Amino acid sequence: MSNEELTERVRRIIATAQHLPEEKVTADSTFAELSIDSLDGINILFAVESEFNINIPDEAAQSIRSVRDVVDGIAKLLAEGPGGNKEPVQV
Amino acid sequence: MTRRVAITGVGVVCALGHNSREFWQALSQGRSGVAPLESIEPGLLRFENGAEVRNWDPLRYFDEKETGLLDRFAQFGVVAAREAVADASIEWTAELKQQSAIVTGSCVGGQCTEDEGFVNLYRKNIPRVNPLTIPRTMENAAASRISLEMGIVGPTYTVSTACSSSNHAMGQAFWMVRNGAAPMAIAGGSEAVFSLGFLKAWEAMRVVSPDTCRPFSKDRRGLILGEGAAMLVLEPLESAEARGARIYAELVGFGMGSDAFHITQPSPDGAARAMLAALADAGLAPEDIGYINAHGTATQANDATETAAIRKVFGWHAEKLRLSSTKSMHGHTLGAAGALEGVATALALHHGILPPTANYNEPDPACDLDVIPNQARAAQVEYALSNSFAFGGLNAVLAFGRVRR
Repeated sequence: MSNEELTERVRRIIATAQHLPEEKVTADSTFAELSIDSLDGINILFAVESEFNINIPDEAAQSIRSVRDVVDGIAKLLAEGPGGNKEPVQV
Repeated sequence: MTRRVAITGVGVVCALGHNSREFWQALSQGRSGVAPLESIEPGLLRFENGAEVRNWDPLRYFDEKETGLLDRFAQFGVVAAREAVADASIEWTAELKQQSAIVTGSCVGGQCTEDEGFVNLYRKNIPRVNPLTIPRTMENAAASRISLEMGIVGPTYTVSTACSSSNHAMGQAFWMVRNGAAPMAIAGGSEAVFSLGFLKAWEAMRVVSPDTCRPFSKDRRGLILGEGAAMLVLEPLESAEARGARIYAELVGFGMGSDAFHITQPSPDGAARAMLAALADAGLAPEDIGYINAHGTATQANDATETAAIRKVFGWHAEKLRLSSTKSMHGHTLGAAGALEGVATALALHHGILPPTANYNEPDPACDLDVIPNQARAAQVEYALSNSFAFGGLNAVLAFGRVRR
């Protein structure tokens, strides 16, 4: 997946989760600019985890403050692959 | 008619033991009950530790029929109430049973039973759910069982305000005894949190520590969930003294309020208002308080906000205050938290020993108060507060006073 494609998908996820028009959410938007608080943030990460079938560790989650942070974090987890990122729990 | 209110009996079930003696022993030794989870298979959660009640055999306390009617959270509540009532050596008269109150707190009631029923229904395709699911899951199951078992028929109900539940319960019971609406009350709370479905929801909140609970420590990484119950017997000081009862402490004030700020983020203003309300209700000045059993969940947000709130209320006196979070030892038991911490506070005043904040590693400039790191401290304080602040912004604070012997 290209970085542009990844960014587009993240923008869409955030816009949907926050009930914002997609054009409001740019690759350079910070969470503060979009009025995303801590609870909105974990809700977005939940949507991201489901969409990409990845697990974002709590510690990494705490440092996410912008659209770019989300994109970079996903790219890193996807690059690590299944070995670096435990498969989501199937219960 | 306003009466002073004494605490004459306590009962506890939690990760630190199945009675108040074991509970106090662990607290005064700074021993933590946090350990790897036994009730959940490893690898299913991002966190691995909790403060579970160990070696719980319901048949030690209930017959098989009763066990079928009682979820774990209600079992804990009933066993704690039995201990508290026996501890208070009450002589039940018909009049006392007629008028006494039972007020309990619980955040999630019998959710373990609910979880089990839903696993059967959705996963195992068993089309029928146990008919006892409803009486087992209702948040008032413990209060109702205590009433049935003891034949107490006065005001009996349950308060559910997330992590403040049992402080609200105890506060209302205290007011009923103080204003003469009830001649005695059993008050406290109980909770059983360890079902996979519920823990997954906590995991998603991203506030549970991957190691242990380190309140006010710079390296704190979140809360540790716990389960258990605590119950207290409240009665007028005058009649307690007249019957020669042992009095652990007095309940002297209760304050509550709402943040109206955010559904999960705490506000220092709301917490401060509840502490000030408790002081006003008790007729105390901030300088009278020597110890605070803090809400101290060990999340980044709570501990810094609670510190700011304490500084706001106590000003210069904050430097002289001692506080600790006993959640570092018994975990965060949600709707039972205030009850466990209320017993801890009453026993601290009774024994002249302040329980520590366990697992403490390094000072945090955002939590720069004396949090009694790791080792209990001998200190006879006259008045203490016990803080509970809930998700949803609902705050409840109790004030306790020492009884001179």
